[in-house]
Formats: sequence, structure tokens, C-alpha cells
Amino acid sequence: MANHEITLIVNGQEEELLVPSNMTLLHALREVLGLTGTKNGCEAGECGACTVLVDGEPVNSCLTLAVELDGREITTVEGLAENGKITPLQAEFVELNAVQCGYCTPGMLMAATALLKRNPKPTEEDIQKALVGNLCRCTGYQRIIDAILEASRNGGAQ
Amino acid sequence: MKISESGLVGKSVLRTDVLDKVTGCAVFVDDIQFGPNLLHSRLVRSPHPHALIKSINTEKAEALPGVRAVVTGKDLTAKMGLYLIDRPIFASDRVRVFGEPVAGVVATSEKIAVEAANLVEVEYEVLPAIYDPVEAAQPDAPLIHPDLGEYSVANFIFPVPGTNISEQFKIRKGDVEAAFTDCAAVAEGRFRLPPIEHVPIETHTSVALAENNGQVTLWASSQSPFAMRDMIAQGLGIPHNKLRVIAPFVGGGFGGKAGVTMEACAVVMAQAAPGHPVKLRLTREEEFVGTSIRQTLVSDIKVGCDQDGVLQAMELTYYFGGGAYNDYGVNIARAAGYSCTGPYDVPNVKADSLCVYTNHPVGSAMRGFGMPEIHWGLEQIMDRLAEEVGMDPAEFRTLNCVRTDDEIVSGMKMTPIDLEACIDKVKEAIQWDKKEKPTAPNKKRGKGIAIMWKAPAMPPNPGSAAVVRFNEDATLQVEIGGQEIGQGAFTVAAQIAADVLGVPYEDVTVSTPLDTKYSPYEWQTVASRLTWSMGNAVKAAAEDARFQILETVADAWDEDVEDLTIKDGIVISFRSEREQPLDKMVVYGLPNDNFEGWKGGPVVGRGHFMPTYVTNLDPETGQGTRAVVHYTVGAQAVDLEVDLETGHLEVLNIASVYDVGRAINPDLIMTQIEGGAVHGMSSAYEALKFNEKGEVINPSFVDYRIATIADIPRKIHGDYVETPIDDGPWGARGVGEHVMVQTAPAIANALYDAVGIRFSDLPLSADKIYLALEGKIKEKG
Repeated sequence: MANHEITLIVNGQEEELLVPSNMTLLHALREVLGLTGTKNGCEAGECGACTVLVDGEPVNSCLTLAVELDGREITTVEGLAENGKITPLQAEFVELNAVQCGYCTPGMLMAATALLKRNPKPTEEDIQKALVGNLCRCTGYQRIIDAILEASRNGGAQ
Repeated sequence: MKISESGLVGKSVLRTDVLDKVTGCAVFVDDIQFGPNLLHSRLVRSPHPHALIKSINTEKAEALPGVRAVVTGKDLTAKMGLYLIDRPIFASDRVRVFGEPVAGVVATSEKIAVEAANLVEVEYEVLPAIYDPVEAAQPDAPLIHPDLGEYSVANFIFPVPGTNISEQFKIRKGDVEAAFTDCAAVAEGRFRLPPIEHVPIETHTSVALAENNGQVTLWASSQSPFAMRDMIAQGLGIPHNKLRVIAPFVGGGFGGKAGVTMEACAVVMAQAAPGHPVKLRLTREEEFVGTSIRQTLVSDIKVGCDQDGVLQAMELTYYFGGGAYNDYGVNIARAAGYSCTGPYDVPNVKADSLCVYTNHPVGSAMRGFGMPEIHWGLEQIMDRLAEEVGMDPAEFRTLNCVRTDDEIVSGMKMTPIDLEACIDKVKEAIQWDKKEKPTAPNKKRGKGIAIMWKAPAMPPNPGSAAVVRFNEDATLQVEIGGQEIGQGAFTVAAQIAADVLGVPYEDVTVSTPLDTKYSPYEWQTVASRLTWSMGNAVKAAAEDARFQILETVADAWDEDVEDLTIKDGIVISFRSEREQPLDKMVVYGLPNDNFEGWKGGPVVGRGHFMPTYVTNLDPETGQGTRAVVHYTVGAQAVDLEVDLETGHLEVLNIASVYDVGRAINPDLIMTQIEGGAVHGMSSAYEALKFNEKGEVINPSFVDYRIATIADIPRKIHGDYVETPIDDGPWGARGVGEHVMVQTAPAIANALYDAVGIRFSDLPLSADKIYLALEGKIKEKG
């Protein structure tokens, strides 16, 4: 298997990586860069736990090959908070107890961050459409919807 | 009841773990970095549901470059189990379920491990498989465990050797036959539930390391690191002090990560590759195929009442399909047996609750532990009986529901509850008496109600221990062995400790990850028992620490401990009005006058709790003084509509109200109620499916659908009532599982109200509903 030298801009930092052709972004993030906030739930693009942003767009990192992303900007859950200050979206997840076991949370936050950038004032239905590929077994989802709605009133994703 | 002094108990403080979880800092097993020394592994699984193993050839797999070890069950004779020791680590002579591990491969990469696993050659002699627990319980059924009579078993479990019955629990109370002849109305039916999966978003993951000094360490996604250590240590002959289980955050458990799933396989593989951490991470497909399930149930229910609707008699047979190994499932049948009536006062009861071996996946703990299964039939038949006597279903339940101090089915006196209040509150929330119009002409709308009870199902003596340890600056660690699986256990522990000690909540940290080497003992994080049992232990540990502090200060001030208290981190005297901050003194103590010596020292509080009052029951009658520690009860009401053109069912509103004894953290209770309502709704549609060869045919999120964000009810109304018990912290008891126990029958009852059809079998799939509506299937409960 050929290895490829690629550069990713991960959470604002330029990272040079050597990745095999078949390595997914999920594995590159978790195993090469040690950024384990992005979760592996199914490796089939069905659960959304591995959602990250590529140039601001949400993708299933388990279905995306790292080698294809040379030069692109990647944002993971570790890159949301700046200088120790969490985003309004993260703050609403905290405030509204939209988190239980926490395994789906990074993917939820990334999908919701992308939604709020695209659509700063989403309706409940917009949120359901945007996050239908992000599965959660604990919360029953309502608080996740409420947190996103509340964040949209309080400054969106930033 | 002593009221919380600081007011922290009863307050919805923020979760201790929430900042970790929104920033990606929370560490789960798969996130731990082991460096280049890490090896990967894969299990070789049986392609047959029942077969004899004729031979296993590992030569080709061993020869593959990168393979470090291949293990089989050949040299592992010991079995494991919680209540009934019936489960091998790797099958060696016989496989009893599709997907059962027969070998394990350790290699330098996951890819090589997968390749090597495919090279392991196993020769099988296929045997007839049996899935229906009623058939499997018959005397002439093929035996799945011919050696049942030789297995070790807990003294409250009663297997029937020579059959597939691994547990037979009996209730014989009153005169059922005579009572039925006097009944004005009788309803009976047979109800079935399919196997369903827990579906945590984190798949089971473990990493094992066996070192050449004899030390074994296991990192595991586990709800019960201590029970896991105990079972694996016994199964592999490792002293407990040489087996260390480390359990970081768990990405969803729901019972599926209780006991042991495949972690012992990881340990055996690690022992074959000493010095290397060996990771065993289940794929999503394996999570569906190779982990435990909620076991199936076929229930035969007959119930009768007098002309006023007062329940007189019940006759019940529960056939739990326990799957291939029933080491845990036997206690589900037992729990269903001693709670067999549901939350009703019934004077005459005859019941047999059986756990039966089948060739389905291993049945184990799943949120509710037998109660969702039995309530599915019970709560529908109560509706039918109410209809027979012309009573409103809610009124029928209020009339017959169990009340504090009633003598319940097992002979024990009912612990304090107020189920009537729960019923009243859900009726109000759902506007029970108001007939609502459907939202479209092609839809029909209906309302349904269901009530429940559940006791923690455990051995009689499961213990909890806790330690409270102060730092120099008067911040402190709470050390527990109870796990955070999303329910908020760490938060409740911190809250209780802060409340008792009179310190700010923010000053308390819960020591994580759980580690059997350092954490105090906890039996398991199951049975909705932590707030109650661990809560008692944390409270005792904090009280112990508090007393040590006050004794030191009282001694220094020459005052009585009774005149002192701690508020906002400062010891104050009611008598002298003197003040002493905890800062420093909780570690360095206090000086005597003129520094002529010192008093006190580092404060470490310890506490434990174990119920000492649970009694075994008579094996012939199921009667005893106290079958369980207590019950939690609750009611749910559902408002839904059905699309007559598609059979699609939409839940518009679920109202859930439970009696929690005392709400330590009200908002955490609400999160359980809301999440449980959706989990319960989802469970009504779920089924693990098998083809005629016994293979699982829907092992993915696409084919085994769980509720998505687009499927949730338009409204979930949650509430609670507080009737304190005498053995819980401030009267509190658990509610984590109860919140989904009766959701499926509440939906079924609402469906009947909407379209006049009863469904006796789960799942409530749209195609089944559509066909029933079309009159192609006539289902009768």
C-alpha cells in the first residue's frame, strides 16, 4: 500500500501526515494525530458520530479518505472552543443537559455547527433534517434540538 | 426525613462530565493511546446457531505474516457466569448461537487480524436449532446444555436438569381456581416480544495487557468493572489483585455492558501475546451479532375481576427465551416471577416464570430487566378486562393499582409509593378525557395508558463503597466504583458529598476513570441502583469525613460536635459563633494553643451500604418476607395517530410520571424520562431478525432502525412525585430503567383506541399495522 504525504489544516494548525491510500480521515485524526474527540460508531456512514467539518461542510470522516483532503481545512470537536472558551452552541448543550453518555455529542456538535453557519435561524424541522444522520440512543433528541435553537438566538455557532 | 441543609439535594446542578463531553476531552476506551506496542485482534465466530465443533485448524492463520497468536477454547475448560456458570470463553466442543466466538487472532494490524480470522478452519457438525422458548421448554426438546445439572448456580436459582429450563420460578398464592369461578369477567391472551439490541453508539471495546510479571490489566467499556473482574478472574484462575479492570467513560450501556460480553476473550488473547496491549473492538455488525440481547418472551396471561372491576385472580406463564447462555438471564426470569402481576393488588396468583435455553443470542440485562417484557402483555390485558366490565382503563388502574403497605404477590409489604398520583398526573397532562381530532382525514387518533413497577433485581446483598478524600485547599475527590453511563451517576455522587459536607458543588471532583485497583467496590451499575445504593455509600463517606472535621475543630475549641456545622466550606459554631475555614485544616489539622502540638490530620471519609434485609423466597410458593429492597412505580399515557394509508404510527405526545422517592437532581430525572420515552417508543418498532439458517439478517443501522431525531414525539411531558423510602438517601430511589418499561403497551393501547385492533406481538411495524387495517391479518391479543 502506497503512503502519501499530505497536509491538512486541522483546527487551524497545519499538520503534515503520512497516510496510506486507504486510510480514512477518521483514522488519520484519531490514530495519526491523536485527536480522539471524533468518535467511531459504525464506520459505514450511518450514525454520524464521526462527523467533522471539511472546509466548513459536515462530512462522515469514516467515509472520507484522508489522501483526498490534501490542503483542506478540517475542524473537529477539539477545535470548537477557542482559548478555553466554548462556543454558544457548546454552552447550550451544557446548560440544557443535551448530553448523556456523550459518545454522539461531538458529531452532533459538528453537524449543528455547520447547520448554524449555513442557516443561522433554523426551525425545528430544519434541525431534524440536518441531524437525521446523527444517532443518539440516550437523550431522546429534544434537548439537542432545544440547544441548537437556543444557540441560534445567542450568537449561533461562534 | 432529614432535609438537605445546603439545599444542593433537590437542585438541578450541572453535570460533572458535561464540559468533558462537549469539548472532546471525555476519554472512552478506544480513545486511550497505547503507542506502537499495541496489537489488534479479531474473533472467529460461528456461522451456525447450533453445531458440534469437530476440529479447529489454526495453521494457516498462524503462518500469515503479522500474526502474533491464535487462541481457541481447547485448553480453557473453565466457564463463567454471574448467577449460573454456564458460559465458555471460547466455544470448544459445541456452539450454541450464531456468532459465538470459537477462536481469536492477534496481529500487528486490524487488517491482518481480519485476514487471519478468515483463515481459521473450523469443521462443524450442524445440529437442529431451536428458537421458540415454548418449544424449547418441552420435555422432548433437543438439549442445548446437556450438562446443565453440573453447572454451579446461586442458591436462589432453580434450573431443571435434563431440560432446557435454566430457571423455574413459581408463585402459588391463594386459590386461583376457585377465584376464577367467582369472577364476573376474565381476559386471557398470549403475547410475544422479539429479541432486540441495546445499540449503544460506542461498540464494545476492550484492551488487555498480560505482563510477564503475572499482572493483567483490562481497559473495558464496562458498566460493571468489579463484576467483570470477578467473573474473568474466576473463569481464568487469576487472583483478583492480579487482574485490574480500568473502565473510562461508557458510550451508552443500557445493560449491554453489564457483566462480561467479549472482554474475557481479549484477556485470553493478551495472555497469548504477553507484553503487548491487545485491542478487541467490535464492529457495528458484531455489536448487533455478537453481544447480548433483550431476551424474548412468550407470556400466557389470564386475569379475572368481579363485577365492580376489582381484580381477583391471575394465572401466568412466562417463557423467557434466554438464548444460548443464561448466566445472567436466569435472574431476569426470577425478577419477572416475583413481580409477575405488574403493579396490581391481586389476592390469588399462580405463576411460572421460566428461563429457557434457545439458540438465540445470549439474553442479558437490558433497561428494565424483564419488566418491559411482562408489562407488554399485562398492560394490554388490563385494558381488555376494563373494557369487559365497562370501565375506563385509567379508572380501572386507579382502582386496582398497588398501594403502600399492601401485601404484594411475593408476600412482602409494599414499600412507600403513590401510583395513583402518577396516574392522575399523566391523565391531566394528556387530557385523558378529551377526545381529539386527527390532524388529517386519512388518519385516526387515539390515547392509551399503561402503568408499571420495577424493583432493583439483584442478589440479596449487592454492596456499594465510597471514599471522600480532601485536598489541601479543601477541594475534594469522591471515589466510587459506580459507572457514568450517561445517567448522571457522577453528578449525583458529587452533589450528595457536597451537600453533606457543606462545601460548594464545584469543589467536588469524582475520581475517574473507574479502576478496580483504586476505586472502592461497587457491585454493578445496573438495576437503577446507584442513586440509591451508591448514594447511601457516598452519603455515609461524607458524613464520616464531616465528623472527623468537626471532631478536630470541637477538640481545638473545646466545644461539642453537636454545636458545630459546615457551611460554604467554613466550620461554624452555633454556640461561640467562631469560624474555621476548611482550607488547609482538612489536611494539616489544627494547632493546639501556642502551637503546643497539633490535632486532626488528612481527612479521608469512608462509607458503605449493603441491603441486609432481603430474604430468599420459598421455592414452591415464591413467598417470603422481603423479596426486594423496594419498588419504583410510574404511569405513561400516549396520544398518537395512525396513517390509514401507510400504517405509519406517529406518537404526538407521551406523558410520563414516576415516583422517585426524592428527586436528588430533578433535571437529570427529566433527561431520563425524555430519553426513556423515545427509547421505549423505538423499542416498540425494533426487532433483531434471523433467516432460516439462524443468521442475523439486519446487523446495521440501516436495517435495524433506531429512533432518529426525525422520529421523536411532538411532545414529551415529564414529571415525578416524591414518596420517600426509608433506605434511600433522603428517600431517593432509582428511575433510569423504569422510564421505558411500559411505553410499548401504552402505544398499543392507544393504537387500539384509534383503530380498534389489538396487537399481541411486537414489533409494531407499519407494514403489520397496515395489513391489519386492511383486514389481511386479524390479530387478537
